[in-house]
Amino acid sequence: MPVESPLHSRTAPLCTSYRWKEWAGRYAVCSYQTSAESEYLALRHACGLLDVSPLFKYEIRGPDAAALLSWVWTRDVTRLAEGSVAYGCWCDERGKVVDDGTVCRLGPDRYRMTAAEPTFRWLARQARGFDAEVTDESASVAALALQGPSSRAVLTELCGEETAGLGFFRAAHARSGSLELEVTRTGYTGDLGYELWISADRAVELWDAVVAAGRDHGLVPAGLDALDITRIEAGFLLAGVDYVGARDALIPSLTSSPFELDLGWAVHLERGPFVGRDALVREAREGSPETLVGLVADWEAIEEVHERYGLPPSLPTQAWREPVPVYADGRQVGRATSGTWSPTLKQNLALATVDTARAAVGTRLELEATVAFERHTVPVTVVERPFFDPPRKKGRAGADEGEGS
Amino acid sequence: MASPYDAIVVGGGHNGLVCAAYLARAGRRVLVLERRAVLGGAAVSEEVFPGFTFSVCSYVVSLLRPWILRDLELSRHGLRILPLDCSFSPLPDGRSLARWGDPERTRREIAAFSPADAEVYPEYGRTMMQMGRMVKPLIDAEAPRPTSLHPAHLLEILGHGRRLNALPRHLRTRFLQMMTMSAADFLDLWFESDVLKAPMSVSGIIGTYQGVRSPGTAYVLLHHYMGEIDGAFRAWGFAQGGTGAVSLAIAAAAREAGCEIRTEAAVERVVVRGGTARGVVLSDGEELHARAVVSGVDPRLTFLGLVGAEHLPDDLCSRMRRFKLRGSSGKVNLALDHLPEFTSRPGIGPHMRGDVAIAPSIDYLERAFDDAKYGEPSRRPYINMVIPSLSDPTVAPPGKHVMSCFVQYAPYHVNGGPQTWPERREAFGDTVLETLEEHMPGLTAAVLHRQVLTPWDLEQEFGLSEGNIFHGELSLDQLAFLRPAPGWAHYRTPLAGLWMCASGTHPGGGLMGAPGALAARAMLAEGSL
Repeated sequence: MPVESPLHSRTAPLCTSYRWKEWAGRYAVCSYQTSAESEYLALRHACGLLDVSPLFKYEIRGPDAAALLSWVWTRDVTRLAEGSVAYGCWCDERGKVVDDGTVCRLGPDRYRMTAAEPTFRWLARQARGFDAEVTDESASVAALALQGPSSRAVLTELCGEETAGLGFFRAAHARSGSLELEVTRTGYTGDLGYELWISADRAVELWDAVVAAGRDHGLVPAGLDALDITRIEAGFLLAGVDYVGARDALIPSLTSSPFELDLGWAVHLERGPFVGRDALVREAREGSPETLVGLVADWEAIEEVHERYGLPPSLPTQAWREPVPVYADGRQVGRATSGTWSPTLKQNLALATVDTARAAVGTRLELEATVAFERHTVPVTVVERPFFDPPRKKGRAGADEGEGS
Repeated sequence: MASPYDAIVVGGGHNGLVCAAYLARAGRRVLVLERRAVLGGAAVSEEVFPGFTFSVCSYVVSLLRPWILRDLELSRHGLRILPLDCSFSPLPDGRSLARWGDPERTRREIAAFSPADAEVYPEYGRTMMQMGRMVKPLIDAEAPRPTSLHPAHLLEILGHGRRLNALPRHLRTRFLQMMTMSAADFLDLWFESDVLKAPMSVSGIIGTYQGVRSPGTAYVLLHHYMGEIDGAFRAWGFAQGGTGAVSLAIAAAAREAGCEIRTEAAVERVVVRGGTARGVVLSDGEELHARAVVSGVDPRLTFLGLVGAEHLPDDLCSRMRRFKLRGSSGKVNLALDHLPEFTSRPGIGPHMRGDVAIAPSIDYLERAFDDAKYGEPSRRPYINMVIPSLSDPTVAPPGKHVMSCFVQYAPYHVNGGPQTWPERREAFGDTVLETLEEHMPGLTAAVLHRQVLTPWDLEQEFGLSEGNIFHGELSLDQLAFLRPAPGWAHYRTPLAGLWMCASGTHPGGGLMGAPGALAARAMLAEGSL
């Protein structure tokens, strides 16, 4: 049975839909309203406030903290400057991805790492021989995600201009009244946004302060359903959905390498040993059998299949995550693992893992679609990810906040 | 001398731009000429008061064709639509009705007035959707040609007939009834509660000089449900940055395809030589030539204003003089310091994020028309109000708001003549604020700036003849193959080289884009470009 998040006393009364789910052993709101639409719209057009406290969080402290992380991660964390954040993954000895997350350098020898799955033991076991201490902060640190185009304006009211001028994937210590917090310009929406990290016992005060600061900026509390749509638009993976973590896979064929997840950019092979390096060096040389891609479905084809039954085209109002076969030339070449209708792009999107030979941008594939209880396929095209990538995501304060075209 | 242009589009309204974009994408060299400094025609955003962006005329996106959105890649060109989730009607007795995207919530709301209506409401929606599906192909293609014996045209008519026949028998009768009934009578077939019927009936009268009890208004109710069919696209909503953002996205698509767009370029007249339109003359005397001239302005202005009766058949000219324009609505846009609450439903809640109808009863609406029938603006008008700044923070400074009020009736042919509207303008604005103040006390005090547009202003400033927002009333006698005139309902005109592409042609007004796209298609199919 899940337990409450540190922000439960604030989120529960707002959750009039009673739609909750379990996230990392905590109660998490799916959507505060019956439909997540208004929460999604706030994330893309104003700003949304999410309780992301259930994230697993670990503090790594000590002279060898960077060395330990670099040993565990596929990225060279020793290169990470103070006040910076990096996204990446970590593998097992076979070079298969265990989990993905971020690491933030909070001080000279102090880092915070996030994970989707409990990772304390994994880290602690790897820490042998390193002069570094791992602390599980999952329960003691709460996190709020403040995401969307007006999030900078809210943060300015909350913590002042200086914090709000934070660059993309940068971190800073901040103060709001008597509250001490860390702010990172990160998030899972692929938009302008921040994550606020604070001691769990002060989290409610921070929530109240953010809500007050957001009153005139269209701030709306948002749940995981809205987040799921935005993360797919942003092309982000979800552990356990778009790939199976190496520790959870019962058979090797279910696992994925970072290259197969299109995370090759976060693998630094040209350095000393790290967990999984040998296997990854081999794979880099020999190639990967599968590749994660973004797919866009042909709307006309969806409409046409429905028309055959005299039905108007219907689209899911929520993101889906039941794997669906992907075909080419009548043969299954992969699976779409999650997808959504993008209200912003007006397109039907999916993340899929397909044979590498079918992964080039522009490749035409077929995706299974069920209409009136019967199976069909609709044509899809492999496209670049992110599907949605507004310039404001990485843009500087004061720069054009628009999306451009 | 060879002209650098294949086509010149007169008017940078949304249809003119859509037409230009399609022509340019087909490789044609296109020039769009807009008289005003801003693009969009009646689909325009303007910062009328510093910091506040008004959707000056058209205020919600409803029937924008999804296929145009896809063809022109309007999302890539920055168009963002924020769907409306609620229709709210405050009542003078302190009660109120809100209809939501959430069916259960709607059912409860309606049941407070009539349990029977609450049950019938979804049934009505399904029926209208089925009928809408039958009619929808009509708005996505050229108008049928009932008098033509060309096999392709006969097949087309047969197709429409087939779709009608495919409906269950009771729906066929309903459909035929609907074509002739008034909106109020038609709703009486389903519902008993006035509180529900009144806000539903108004979609039958928007932009017309008719009352909800005038025969022929029921059909227009169907248009609303055609939007529902496109529901998946959630195309009914606010454009981020105001309605002008739709026009700007279309213009961006057109420019990307190589189209040239000039603003502050007022077309004085169409150049006609040898019975053919050869180009246009601008107000500064500049003459521009092209193989085709496409009019994005209304039919009367096109024929009698830009072309001139001397170049046209008499019967068309007299038809154009009698073409029912007779604008009946105005617009009041407010910049607000803060947002007052409704007495009937306190709090700044989600009920304010959708559209708000001041339409408490059928009698109220009919009385509003009674005033207009005899040449006076309604003493208590129907108002459709939206507050886009609640969903889109880009249109007002933090904490401030914009309120957009569509107001009917404000008859163009007001007693004393339309030219007396400027003297009546402020009184008209006062009436609107007084009406709203009854539901939202403190509103007047919150107003930082108000912009009042009467039908006269819509004509003078936006070039809408008689201030008609649809370039001609959407009554059955002016639709499909009768729009704007029999024989000239397919974007062509009696003048070779002159085409029409705007709301005065099939399938009519509203922020649809279909006339512009279908006109471009017809021009390209003809092969003369």
